[in-house]
Amino acid sequence: MERRAFLQTAGGVGAGLVIGFRIPTRREQNPSPFAPNAWLRISPDDSILVVVDRSEMGQGVATALPMLLAEELEADWTKVQIEFAPADKAYANPLFGMQGTGGSTSVRAAWTPLRKAGAAAREVLITAAAQAWDVNRTECRAERGAVVHAKTRRRLRYGQLALRAGALPVPADVPLKDPKDWHIAGRPTRRLDTPPKVNGRAKFGIDVRVPGMRVALVARSPVFGGKVKSFDAAAAKAVDGVRDVVQISSGIAVVGTGYWPAKQGRDALQVVWDEGPNAAVSSATISQLFAERAGQPGVVARHDGDPDGALGGASSKVEADYEMPFLAHATMEPMNCTAHVRPDGVDIWAPTQFQTGAQGIGAQIGGVPPEKVQVHTTYLGGGFGRRFELDFIQEALETSKAVGAPVKVIWSREDDIRNAQYRPANHHRLAAGLDAAGRPVAWTHRIVAPSIMARVFPNMVQNGLDGEAVEGGKEMAYAIPNVHVDYQLTDTGIPVGFWRSVNNSFNAFAVETFIDELAAAAKADPFEYRRGLLANAPRHRGVLELAAAKAGWGTPLPAGRARGIAVHKSFESFVAEVAEVSVSSGGEVRVHRVVCAVDCGMFVNPDTIEAQMQSAIVYGLTAALYGEITIDRGRVVQSNFTDYPMLRMSEMPAVEVHIVPNTEAPGGVGEPGTPPIAPAVCNAIFALTGKRIRKLPIGTLA
Amino acid sequence: MPPFSVSVNGSEYKVWAAPDTPLLWVLRDNLGLTGTKFGCGIAQCGACTVHLDGEATRSCVTPISSVGTAKVTTIEGLSPTATTASHRVQKAWVAEDVPQCGYCQSGQIMAAAALLAKTPDPSDAQIDEAMTNICRCGTYQRIRAAVHRAAKEA
Repeated sequence: MERRAFLQTAGGVGAGLVIGFRIPTRREQNPSPFAPNAWLRISPDDSILVVVDRSEMGQGVATALPMLLAEELEADWTKVQIEFAPADKAYANPLFGMQGTGGSTSVRAAWTPLRKAGAAAREVLITAAAQAWDVNRTECRAERGAVVHAKTRRRLRYGQLALRAGALPVPADVPLKDPKDWHIAGRPTRRLDTPPKVNGRAKFGIDVRVPGMRVALVARSPVFGGKVKSFDAAAAKAVDGVRDVVQISSGIAVVGTGYWPAKQGRDALQVVWDEGPNAAVSSATISQLFAERAGQPGVVARHDGDPDGALGGASSKVEADYEMPFLAHATMEPMNCTAHVRPDGVDIWAPTQFQTGAQGIGAQIGGVPPEKVQVHTTYLGGGFGRRFELDFIQEALETSKAVGAPVKVIWSREDDIRNAQYRPANHHRLAAGLDAAGRPVAWTHRIVAPSIMARVFPNMVQNGLDGEAVEGGKEMAYAIPNVHVDYQLTDTGIPVGFWRSVNNSFNAFAVETFIDELAAAAKADPFEYRRGLLANAPRHRGVLELAAAKAGWGTPLPAGRARGIAVHKSFESFVAEVAEVSVSSGGEVRVHRVVCAVDCGMFVNPDTIEAQMQSAIVYGLTAALYGEITIDRGRVVQSNFTDYPMLRMSEMPAVEVHIVPNTEAPGGVGEPGTPPIAPAVCNAIFALTGKRIRKLPIGTLA
Repeated sequence: MPPFSVSVNGSEYKVWAAPDTPLLWVLRDNLGLTGTKFGCGIAQCGACTVHLDGEATRSCVTPISSVGTAKVTTIEGLSPTATTASHRVQKAWVAEDVPQCGYCQSGQIMAAAALLAKTPDPSDAQIDEAMTNICRCGTYQRIRAAVHRAAKEA
């Protein structure tokens, strides 16, 4: 029976059809004699294997991190290969203390350790060559994957030196190169992962196949927090190809020979749910709750001067409320994980951003010590924060344990849209006082939103203040003498999580829309108004001026178009964007062009920075135009790309990216392009139509 | 489960699957050809795009029972040598360094290859019309550049 569902061939069997074997890693196939640290293996065939300890989800870490190491190693870049790291303390993200990828931290975290790793290895290779030639090592230098002795014109490739180098001690602290001498890092470099991504060979989590593996879909409570009351598996088990139906903590797993039988089985499954405490929650009740909370003082995040007094004494006052919805991540690769729980250990194959978490939950469910849990990180078909969660990993572990076989849990798109940890819905109340010249003298901002940290790391919420939740609002950079920012932690029963740029995604909208409203009240140009208030924020002002200049701010546009501008700092990088917008007679908003200026300090791969800014802009623009998860009776209303639409090719604006070169410390790149786009577009809509967008998504204008 | 004969990338296979099983899952689960991706299951995103007799087709809504004698080409069979990716669209994708996460790119490349086979030098509007696949990483700008590049290198 089992075999029938698998491959039967009538000739033409290719190697690609062999199913169910584990491909040995390159390290196992070819143990390297020179492995000076956790990240580098040099083999006699001259291959340079860099172990990438961050998850590649499109942001380019699998190229950027090797570039940092290869730069100091003086490697031949064409020999560099990559492999994803197992879960191990050696690979902890120094900015988290755990092995995980998020917060646009990868390059910042690797900046020093990976360069030091490359430099130390280079020095060992030089010593090895000097010994081989019996010359003073100061006469030798490394270049392009070899050590050369200029005097005698001798040259030994790293592969030739690997065996000897492996026997030498690795120096602890080697001085690093001056970035001005770099020839790999800092230059536009093609991604190492492009070739396998154009021929279908890149292995994503959903592509994992192991011997004896089954595929499961899980029926989950339609209401958040609901539980299984009872279930009848008979109809599900009657589906040809369904093997098991088991209860796990998130619901009922239907286990079959492949996705289709498992899905047919899940569709046939009868479950009665105890809907729990959230069955009456709806978007309307949440909006009402937020509006009430917006009228109540929050926990103070920032208080400068005397905001109330200054508001009272101002020549004029501007007030506005802004509302933004829950958002799902909708990674192209739906959630999935393959796990094999055995008495002696656990294997997890997952597109995960959080290896330490995966290993921990594997140990907990498997009942084995963490070191018996092998985490095999695949390529991630998008992450955006969603894959920092462990829910899909837990389901695979529990199902594998229940059926005693390796199991791949796959989520349908509907599962993905309806069972996420959403970007928090949120509400903002702002007020400002202007002096007679229109300059702001007071600024108050109340942020009403659920707390991600309250769910994920509750001890990071102190006295009702989630420092992350006010991120980008608290740091409002305009020079205003009296400022008050507070936070109303407001739980809704809907789970919230990290979504590209996290809380910056909404706080930037509030700040950058409101400053635009102040400019309008002052009858000032929105670019000049911002610029005048950023005298003490030179990096904000730098990107603002660059974006405006490159966009031709103030120059005429074709009839029916207007520009809007926004600037925001997040993840230690500064981004300004100018959006050029038109609105059709039917009220459809079209973004024609976006000019982006980014100051992320010193950087590794400018080609990736361009791609990430384009990507972050598309991500944020999709949300601004269409993104909205609504709740009815505790359930998510949306289900798939039909009712949770995505920006497509025909709507893609021309995006230009300009990088500010400087020698500041490196900042993040994956997320900072997202926050400015929604306010830039909405500010352009205001400039064009006089209509102020105070609630997202923009949708069709009335 | 009846057996179905199906021609994929020039080879003939017999697969046992329920008649309503989408071609996508036959390719992925029965034949182990995982380059074709699952994204939505309702023909919205295009990650599952393959060629049926050269036509770009969303395999997630194509029941195996409907494939008949049509010749199926997947990303693995687009170029004569699977490992080198020698099709001009694949080469253009490499030259423009299009992929980010890469998950949608098999479908994008198959859609572009089908477009160029019929429309050798497509305008931007023709690209917009034919390339309706979703990319959450927002690689559209580079996809457009790569389609134009591939057209020039015909």
